[in-house]
Amino acid sequence: MKDEITRDERVANLKGMGCSRKRVEDARFTQGKGNYVDDIKLPGMLHGDFVRSPYAHARVKSINIDAAMALPGVVAVLTAKDLEPLNLHWMPTLAGDKQMVLADGKVLFQGQEVAFVVANDRYIAADAVELVEVDYEELEVIVDPFKSLQSDVVLREDMVAEDGSIPNGAHGPRKHPNHIFTWEAGEEEATNQVIDNAEVVATEEMYYHRTHPCPLETCGSVASMDKVNGKLTLWGTFQAPHVVRTVASLLSGIEEHNIRVVSPDIGGGFGNKVGVYPGYVCSIVASIVTGVPVKWVEDRMENLMSTAFARDYWMKGKISATKEGKITGLHCHVTADHGAFDACADPTKFPAGFMNICTGSYDIPVAYLGVDGVYTNKAPGGVSYRCSFRVTEAVYFIERMIEVLAIELNMDPAELRSINFIKKEQFPYTAALGWEYDSGDYQTAWDKALLAVDYTGLRAEQAQRVEDFKAGKTRKVMGIGLSFFTEIVGAGPVKNCDILGMGMFDSCEIRIHPTGSAVARLGTISQGQGHATTFAQILATEIGLSAESITIEEGDTDTAPYGLGTYGSRSTPVAGAAAAMAGRKIRAKAQMIAAYLLEVHDNDVEFDVDRFVVKGSPEQFKTMKDIAYAAYNQAIPGLEPGLEAVSYYDPPNMTYPFGAYVCVMDIDVDTGVPEIRRFYALDDCGTRINPMVIEGQIHGGLTEALAVALGQEIAYDDMGNVKTGTLMDFFLPTAWEVPNYETDYTVTPSPHHPIGAKGVGESPHVGGVPCFSNAVQDAFRPFGNRHTNMPHDHWRIWQTANDLGMHD
Amino acid sequence: MSNKMHVKLNVNGEDHEFLAEPRELLIYALREKLNITGPHVGCETSHCGACTVTMNGKSVKSCTVFVAQANGAEVTTVEGLGSPDALHVLQENFKEHHGLQCGFCTPGMITRAAKLLEENPNPTEEDVRFGIAGNICRCTGYQNIVKSILSAASELNASKEAAQ
Repeated sequence: MKDEITRDERVANLKGMGCSRKRVEDARFTQGKGNYVDDIKLPGMLHGDFVRSPYAHARVKSINIDAAMALPGVVAVLTAKDLEPLNLHWMPTLAGDKQMVLADGKVLFQGQEVAFVVANDRYIAADAVELVEVDYEELEVIVDPFKSLQSDVVLREDMVAEDGSIPNGAHGPRKHPNHIFTWEAGEEEATNQVIDNAEVVATEEMYYHRTHPCPLETCGSVASMDKVNGKLTLWGTFQAPHVVRTVASLLSGIEEHNIRVVSPDIGGGFGNKVGVYPGYVCSIVASIVTGVPVKWVEDRMENLMSTAFARDYWMKGKISATKEGKITGLHCHVTADHGAFDACADPTKFPAGFMNICTGSYDIPVAYLGVDGVYTNKAPGGVSYRCSFRVTEAVYFIERMIEVLAIELNMDPAELRSINFIKKEQFPYTAALGWEYDSGDYQTAWDKALLAVDYTGLRAEQAQRVEDFKAGKTRKVMGIGLSFFTEIVGAGPVKNCDILGMGMFDSCEIRIHPTGSAVARLGTISQGQGHATTFAQILATEIGLSAESITIEEGDTDTAPYGLGTYGSRSTPVAGAAAAMAGRKIRAKAQMIAAYLLEVHDNDVEFDVDRFVVKGSPEQFKTMKDIAYAAYNQAIPGLEPGLEAVSYYDPPNMTYPFGAYVCVMDIDVDTGVPEIRRFYALDDCGTRINPMVIEGQIHGGLTEALAVALGQEIAYDDMGNVKTGTLMDFFLPTAWEVPNYETDYTVTPSPHHPIGAKGVGESPHVGGVPCFSNAVQDAFRPFGNRHTNMPHDHWRIWQTANDLGMHD
Repeated sequence: MSNKMHVKLNVNGEDHEFLAEPRELLIYALREKLNITGPHVGCETSHCGACTVTMNGKSVKSCTVFVAQANGAEVTTVEGLGSPDALHVLQENFKEHHGLQCGFCTPGMITRAAKLLEENPNPTEEDVRFGIAGNICRCTGYQNIVKSILSAASELNASKEAAQ
């Protein structure tokens, strides 16, 4: 047989790894044919809506539902009393704590769920919410975690024993009724010794403010209990549908095979849709009670006030170095405000996530991290907003400490980073706080970035600008923001990573059809990342069928293999690896079929793009399409018919993407308005699967970083009122505020990942936040600024300038 | 609660008549009465633009228009812009330039962009950024959305020139 097309053309036809394949998802989304949870409409479906607490801390003395029930169209009003017999008035959180589903005697944050109204349509439900009478007795409100640890006011009475003693929490001893855990890594004594005897020490306190992932689609669910067949179907905004099924089974007592959880299209997640919310539970109960489907979709204010927040870390750092700038030790303490219930979404053994990646990209011989979790009268959460678990906090911490140390040393911060990078030859590198970094080439990336932006030229321009400002020639100062980050993603190895006891592996199942197309299902779920496009590319390269002939399905627990879902940039590192491994199983069987068809020994054929060829005789071959057909149409001795494979992949290690970012900013000191002149982002995510998708992820992550650094915040007043509960106050950047970004890359494959990929969706957020913040702070460094807290909104920037006497 | 009114709407060229409470929002009438689920609800306060439709020739946020106000109106949603066999040039360019990710803002964004290009067939990048500032996207950082719209504008202009 002769080929009519060249090998290069065959490679191109596969649309495999490395090409910017256009997305298959876009046809439905651009035509308005996506299917999101609020698009689901079932016969007889009812609508649920919450009565929420206006108070941040209060006893619930009574709830009167009579007037609400009397409204025509209202079917039920559920309170904690109705859920208690089912043992569903509280539910476990992902962090080993428990959380009220509906207020059980008291409320602990503004917006907390008090009662669940079920009615014929959403308008009647909303009317009925107004008619539920709740009698509250206000209690003292605590919004400051430091005051919380000193206060006599006990927030969680359920966390104190009857004799007044404080029982251990899920993460060990607690030292105050409002204390949740202490978590430590590294060696404190050795670190203190080094710091106490160091030539240079820089200390700084910084607050990483509370914010919110705020995906454009809010959270919601539709529950449908089929009482005839005993089957519960639950559609919802779930970043981890399989875990939701297991939790739903454990909570409800319905056997897991009788529960089907479906994540339909998801309108962005960014960590907001990892947790389990009272609305999900209430929609299930309501459907069980009423026997018809019940939909619950929160509005924007409910989303911002009650579903998972991010950050809220008070960080105290000490970093020591030699006079020449070689870092010798790092000490970090965090007071972590977890709100009313500890509902952080972290692997079970990591109550502060991977905060212990806070030594960053630097070779720091000794370090210590201590984190204290604290209850306050704020919403529960603590999710990873577009980052792996608490990695944004860790990277912000170290990248600010580096800048502060540079000030202390009177040294250029770019040079200080170079002096301290973990060197290429040190990988795999074991950091002082325990992680084994898989691969990296930091200096090369850094040099490339500094060269690309003409760093020396920028510093000269900045020096001139300072002179001009002092001479009264301009009112604009110039900042050069630097950041070099290392992420830790792809959670993770089952030996130390689990969520509610479920190991954090992931999975892929492939079926090749007789005519040479395929369906593959994975345990993850896309929320915009483009899995249907990119997973097919991995498989195309691995199994030699065009990506156009491979359908990817995720999110239906009745069909997809069990997996832990999509967050923490784990889809490519874990499920992507499972896809590659399953593909290789297909290929191994295909090799035997090919050898049989070609009448040679198995070892005499080899894989080549889209076929197996007889070694040394490429004109003798069987394409994967030929092989797929043969798998179904003939009896091959010693082989089962069919061509399918499944792989459950337990990653041997995390992956460690890294990058070098530079932001150039002008700031008008009289208005506090920053103007981003340039943003250069170099990312190394290992093997690149789809450059177009990677670039899109970077643009998006940087924009969310811009938001967090420059204004986005969930702010509370002293009464525990949420001050930023609508999009009027909660900053989401528009096209008008966002710059064009320049993207660049280096490629340092992960040595332990089957295709060398590391994950990329969250890197730009992790590296972007300190870069934007450093740009603002760097602009004021020549005028005496050392550190100011984010968010750097116009008012706060103006205040910084004012504090530095720049308006005098 | 029978204070329902008789509402007539022409949506994407098709006439509809139904009963609705005057307080019902246009977005819910479209989504739940007419099963036109392209426009989405993102905020209900006019900030995010996921619900953007064209009403009587103007871009509106259908989450803050009462169906009573829309009575008798001509409404175009993303479903009315192209068909599976003949996509609108914006739909093609959003795919070509990776102008979307999760897709939740996309129907509103494309509907707004279509109106923008009618209002200003030769927009600069600044015009586009200002013109879509009422539509929030949380995924893309806008760079590729702007690229998609500018590319669609040149294609539209090129095809107009070719026709002349």
